[in-house]
Amino acid sequence: MSEEKLDFLARSKKFWNPGKTQAWQDMGIDLVIDRREGYYLYDMDGQRLIDVHLNGGTYNIGHRHPELVEVLNQATAKFDMGNHHFPSLARTALAEALAACTPGDLQYTMYGSGGGEAIDIAIKTARNAMKKRKIISIEKAYHGHTGLAVKTGDERFSKLFLSEDTAGEFVQVPFNDLNAMEDALKGRDVAAVIMETIPATYGFPMPKEGYLPSVKKLCERYDALYIADEVQTGLMRCGDLWAITRYGVEPDLLVTGKGISGGMYPIACVVVSKDHAGWLKEDGFGHMSTMGGAELGCIVALKVLEIVQRPEVVSMVRYVSNFIRAGLDEIMGLYPDFFTGIRQHGVVMGLEFNHPEGAKPVMKHLYRNGVWAIFSTLDPRVLQFKPGVLMTQAMSEDLIRRVEVAIGAARREVMGAGSRRTR
Amino acid sequence: MDKTVQRLVDISDSAAAQSARADLVLERARWAAGEFHRYDRDRTMAVADATARAAFDKAGEYADWAVRETGFGVAAHKKIKNELSSIALVDHYRDEDFVSPRVDERAKIVEIPRPAGVIFALAPSTNPVSTIYFKILSALMTRNAIVISPHPAARECCVDAARTLARAAEEAGAPEAVIQVIEDPTIPLIDEFMRSEKTDVILATGGSAMVRAAYSSSNPAIGVGPGNAPVFVDDTADPREAARHIVKSKSFDNSVLCTNESVLITVEPAAEALKRELRKAGCHICNEEETQAVRRYLFHERGFNVEALGRDAAWIAEQAGIKVPSKTTVLVTPIELIGVDEVLSREKLCPVLGLYVARSNAQAMMQARAMLRLTGAGHSAAIHSNDTRTIMDYSAMVEVYRVVVNAPCSQGAAGFATNLAPTFTIGTGFFGRSSIGENIGPRHLVNWTRIAYHKDSDITLDAIAHTALRHPGPVPEAPSDGVPSRSAADLRPAATGAGDRDDLREEIRRIIAEELRAALKG
Repeated sequence: MSEEKLDFLARSKKFWNPGKTQAWQDMGIDLVIDRREGYYLYDMDGQRLIDVHLNGGTYNIGHRHPELVEVLNQATAKFDMGNHHFPSLARTALAEALAACTPGDLQYTMYGSGGGEAIDIAIKTARNAMKKRKIISIEKAYHGHTGLAVKTGDERFSKLFLSEDTAGEFVQVPFNDLNAMEDALKGRDVAAVIMETIPATYGFPMPKEGYLPSVKKLCERYDALYIADEVQTGLMRCGDLWAITRYGVEPDLLVTGKGISGGMYPIACVVVSKDHAGWLKEDGFGHMSTMGGAELGCIVALKVLEIVQRPEVVSMVRYVSNFIRAGLDEIMGLYPDFFTGIRQHGVVMGLEFNHPEGAKPVMKHLYRNGVWAIFSTLDPRVLQFKPGVLMTQAMSEDLIRRVEVAIGAARREVMGAGSRRTR
Repeated sequence: MDKTVQRLVDISDSAAAQSARADLVLERARWAAGEFHRYDRDRTMAVADATARAAFDKAGEYADWAVRETGFGVAAHKKIKNELSSIALVDHYRDEDFVSPRVDERAKIVEIPRPAGVIFALAPSTNPVSTIYFKILSALMTRNAIVISPHPAARECCVDAARTLARAAEEAGAPEAVIQVIEDPTIPLIDEFMRSEKTDVILATGGSAMVRAAYSSSNPAIGVGPGNAPVFVDDTADPREAARHIVKSKSFDNSVLCTNESVLITVEPAAEALKRELRKAGCHICNEEETQAVRRYLFHERGFNVEALGRDAAWIAEQAGIKVPSKTTVLVTPIELIGVDEVLSREKLCPVLGLYVARSNAQAMMQARAMLRLTGAGHSAAIHSNDTRTIMDYSAMVEVYRVVVNAPCSQGAAGFATNLAPTFTIGTGFFGRSSIGENIGPRHLVNWTRIAYHKDSDITLDAIAHTALRHPGPVPEAPSDGVPSRSAADLRPAATGAGDRDDLREEIRRIIAEELRAALKG
């Protein structure tokens, strides 16, 4: 590590976040991101990394996508965040575009500046619409860190701040368990069920066939709304614009964030159906956010929506996911006692390892081999593996080559030097 | 997306947007090419054959459409060209294998075909659909992906034809997007495609400016220059046959093939008989005034009047203000000079033919050379003669790479009336500032990796082992876990499971055989 970096890390601990800065050093990841371009990150000491973390899909179409840079630059000639009190060309244009491309009768868009805020808006909207307080989420769920969102998630993030639910308003049920879901809904006191279509931080466990449509049916039976958190799974990552439509569900509210503005300008959106948007008519000033729906963000998001809906992108996703899956299958064949499973939908993937913390050494060795992927916070057996939808053929091949070497090295570290490839 | 929404901040004309667009199309093509490379010969030819069939079936429809859209050419002739560029083209290459390795046991060399990858193909307005057919099928036979850039004047028929072929190819199992077409080609966008590092080779057929741009792009390019074919008829030729061939060639699709004869050069002893036969074949031989009228109409200060491109002889005569019978096939304009001082000695993509009478064979050949110095170097020439010596002298004199003998030059140089390779892309080689001097075909879209053993080695190459390339076919579909019938369990039955089943079947077969044997013994 360079003197310069050592010095920087010391300052990072002193002025920014000592715990987080140190934790990465302890895990063997001394990354300080400097330059970034496409799906490459460059550490301040010059190491190049292929980014398959993408900040949860934020960089779905690549870092600093040239068209986003261009549209943002040009937009600054006329726009800024705007005044959130007034009707706005940009906010309305994006809302119109979202209404056109989201499933069912989703119509109005409400804006936040980030995913957590958007989740809070979605929950508030559902409570207003249903006149009920209770919210059901999935065990180990993660929907963000703001006031309401943090209560839907694992206590890992709420107890620390004495912000966990104490009023029994936030109930969590196991994923893929319809009986538990029905039990929780039966009392008819639930305003909404909120679900990530594929829970990311939990390592992308995949919904069983029929699970999501059944949850939606249960919601209808017991007068609860269905909030689809599409922050990580939307924007073509599962081969359709929104993953939820692949499962045949039309949600009452849909939340998108992260990738919606390609990491160029913060914005997050909640799209709600006409029937459940009561407060927007009752008291349009009921919720507001100075930075939510910033006009520059809206303009970037419009461009993102246009890009990901180009016909070329659908086949790119198919090619990328098929190719990478075939490569991973081969690697799994080499190390079957360590690399034990792949969860996949499109370019959303979770790699399972046969060790309670198996994804951590894999992450470390990937890092040493020029690949950045992150373990799942709430299930460290699983590595989140999230290639971008516009990955090139050459980069995908390079990625697979590096992953094979890294998984082999991690396996030797975890299972001992005597272990060999099977062929 | 709604255009008004996009117009808030419209970046569609920016360099960033143009280059991102080209990049996306080319990267998708790259994926398709990678997938195609996994196909074996049978699978490849199944795709090429099905696509050729679809092209053939629509030959007439696209011929009409091209004439309607561009306003020039002859639909019946375009239909023939389209047909020749579909099933007949694939059949022509049926015995050539661009997919399997080949072994030269004597030289101890094995060759593995390596497709170019992503081809960027420009098509002209003159032969729009036939060129697209030709380039697409050449790409498919060699397992390349192709991006078609139609000529703006023939955009609609080209886009539709490319889509039809793409659909047929994919239905026959081709990788998705192996054929793509740019629906709104503009100069800056085409430039992005040509300059992109993701383009492996440019197949440029079109105007000189476009061809030079292709060569300047820094990418490998196979470009073809303009033609200006001289046709020499000497006094040993059969004047009737010569006239018949020349008229057939000049009137074919109203001379839009760049292989058409531009100036007829003959010698005094042959001239009168030849003129007589030309008249019989429907030509109108202009007098001096008429020639001047045609000259004025066809050539402006900026060059050839594109309005006349591919129009028939009677139409051109009317525009030029001269009276000819409506069935006139070719306007013959006698000229006394060849070179910069006579525009009628330049390329004319219409049924107007210059006529120059030389005093000797040697002078005729010098004039033919002069024509090609003006324009058309490396392209085509024709000769009608029954004297081998003259044919050889002429062919060695003219700076072209194909000389058609006693045959129509339009169809002959393009490989339809001769045994040259059938093509819509004429390599104009070094004479024509191009890289290839042959008729372009699939073979130019593949390079070969040569595996070379020591020349003194006493090894006997195992032909079978050396031709065993892995062609696993398309990459299997990745699962969409949780989506009905698309989960890993549906798409990826465990490999060992399949093996087990086979083992089980084998075991059952063995047991039954033993029982049978025992029963028979008993």
